Amino acid sequence: MSNQTILEVENLTVNFDVSSEGDMPWTKAKKLQAVNDISFSLSAGETLGVVGESGCGKSTLARAIVKMVPAESGKVVWLGNDLLGLSHSEARQYRKQIQMIFQDPLASLNPRMNIGEIIAEPLRTHYPKTPESDVKARVRDVMHKVGLLDNLVNRYPHEFSGGQCQRIGIARALILKPKLIICDEPVSALDVSIQAQVVNLLMDLQEEMDLALIFIAHDLSVVKHISTKIMVLYLGNMVELANSNDIYQSPSHPYTQALISAVPIPDPNVEKNKELILIEGDLPSPINPPSGCVFRTRCQKAQDICSQQKPEYKEVATSHSVACHFND
Amino acid sequence: MSLLEVNNLKVEFETADGIVNAVNNVNFSIDEGKILAIVGESGSGKSQTVFAMTGLLDHNGSATGSVKFEGEEILNLSNQKLNQIRAEKIAMIFQDPMTSLNPYVRVSEQMTEVLVHHQGISKSDALKQSISMLDAVRIPDASNRVRMYPHEFSGGMRQRVMIAMSLLCRPKLLIADEPTTALDVTVQAQIMQLLSDLQKEFGMSIILITHDLGVVAGNSDDMLVMYGGEIMEIGKTENIYSASTHPYTQGLMTAVPRLDDSEERLITIPGNPPNMMKAPVGCPFSPRCKFSIDTCSKVSPVLINVSKNNHLRACHVATEEIL
Repeated sequence: MSNQTILEVENLTVNFDVSSEGDMPWTKAKKLQAVNDISFSLSAGETLGVVGESGCGKSTLARAIVKMVPAESGKVVWLGNDLLGLSHSEARQYRKQIQMIFQDPLASLNPRMNIGEIIAEPLRTHYPKTPESDVKARVRDVMHKVGLLDNLVNRYPHEFSGGQCQRIGIARALILKPKLIICDEPVSALDVSIQAQVVNLLMDLQEEMDLALIFIAHDLSVVKHISTKIMVLYLGNMVELANSNDIYQSPSHPYTQALISAVPIPDPNVEKNKELILIEGDLPSPINPPSGCVFRTRCQKAQDICSQQKPEYKEVATSHSVACHFND
Repeated sequence: MSLLEVNNLKVEFETADGIVNAVNNVNFSIDEGKILAIVGESGSGKSQTVFAMTGLLDHNGSATGSVKFEGEEILNLSNQKLNQIRAEKIAMIFQDPMTSLNPYVRVSEQMTEVLVHHQGISKSDALKQSISMLDAVRIPDASNRVRMYPHEFSGGMRQRVMIAMSLLCRPKLLIADEPTTALDVTVQAQIMQLLSDLQKEFGMSIILITHDLGVVAGNSDDMLVMYGGEIMEIGKTENIYSASTHPYTQGLMTAVPRLDDSEERLITIPGNPPNMMKAPVGCPFSPRCKFSIDTCSKVSPVLINVSKNNHLRACHVATEEIL
């Protein structure tokens, strides 16, 4: 594994304009803060897991990195170039190196294109002059890599099962030989036995091609299995970032602790003796987030300071940073 | 006597492409005050089993066999009689609470309707009972929130409303079909805790359908594992977890990564779940099974006792070879 940093995200913030019902023309547009001041870096061959409840900004973060949603401020530095400052056509040449895989395997494939066309599309878009025989050879090559038989090339997506569709999605992402693949909940829609196949496939491909992965999922056990480091998001804010073993063995943020205790372990003896940290209530509205620490409304440790001051990211151990006032 | 006894249940669907055997020869029973988990992947027939029991099969489906609830046969009863049972004795909650609630009608209306219709009490009494039931499922500020519409609740709160609604008539059996699949882990933990508290409080039995082996481990007394419409293994939850004797159950256990363990590589089950249209002859799991022998693809295995405490498995291969 090389240690070259390929992606650096600095203070990335994404806001959405929302106007709610009853607003007058002269009232200010409301802003929804989807991603707030997130920084991290990623090296080749590394996997960053992103976890959090639905609505915490996981997918928006991923989309902002590839400029699918416009960022409000911050930097996305890809191999030394800030992607956010580039024009659409300039950014396009970097896009080849960053590919995405989506959650719903069937919905992300065009039902009217056959598998060969779907997998070849990125290649035809980015390298339109590739000779047809080369395209065919490359398609066969990636299909083989993800474990699909190449005689399936003329079939249509509906003829495949969920797991196979996800393999097609992975093949499509691989054909441009990217350096980074952003996986947005790639296994959530799959059965457990198929989920394991896809997770193993991703890990094998990563090793083979020295890929970096950003792996977004709400299933903490899967994320911990695949990731080298894990970022925990809450309401658009990063609350903890650490190596995946550290985050499980010594979670520092109360939210991370609650999240880990909520994950059921498939062992009745462990489950029955487990002390469950339940967090009460629901996620606050991101249009009107709580002052100070965003988690304070549901936090058991919350005190006055939490509502007055936003906690800073502090390193509690090597490459383990937490945003909490009480993490000693 | 068991609360519910299912014998030789078979479910068939007539489709344009032929007959689909969704459930084959399923036998199980559940005692009062117990939680039974039904585990399996999608298409394993776990939902169709309970749909058949409660008469909720699609119009092209038919069920044969016997389902006895408190000693009385309830399979294929008339809709009128089934309505009575479904309201007062067997209640059901589903995966997506938003699609189970009527978006145009206030929660208060939807809840009181149940009581007014089935128990014939006045609307104001029904409202009082509804509010106290919302309190029981820990919805804060229940007396005000009862007047809200479903979209004003979050996912977890909606599932609480569904649970409250299903408990209004104090059923003896609650069927929960993937009740937490659409929810976040933190909310899942809240809902499972709530269900187990309510189960003790009301003394009911629960059939919990899920694909999450973690949820099963912490929240069930007995479990049955289904694959391809057939029961693969059935027994006490702790026995199955400590010594699963069926290759499919073992495969499922090793395929999920554990948070408290760090294995290098997941052991997968090769292949895909079966197409029920042309279900394999013999054991449905045999095409994916690493222990499979000649008999497996010819003869369907029957459930046999492996130990004294009602631990049954359907497999031709000897237990010693698998463990």
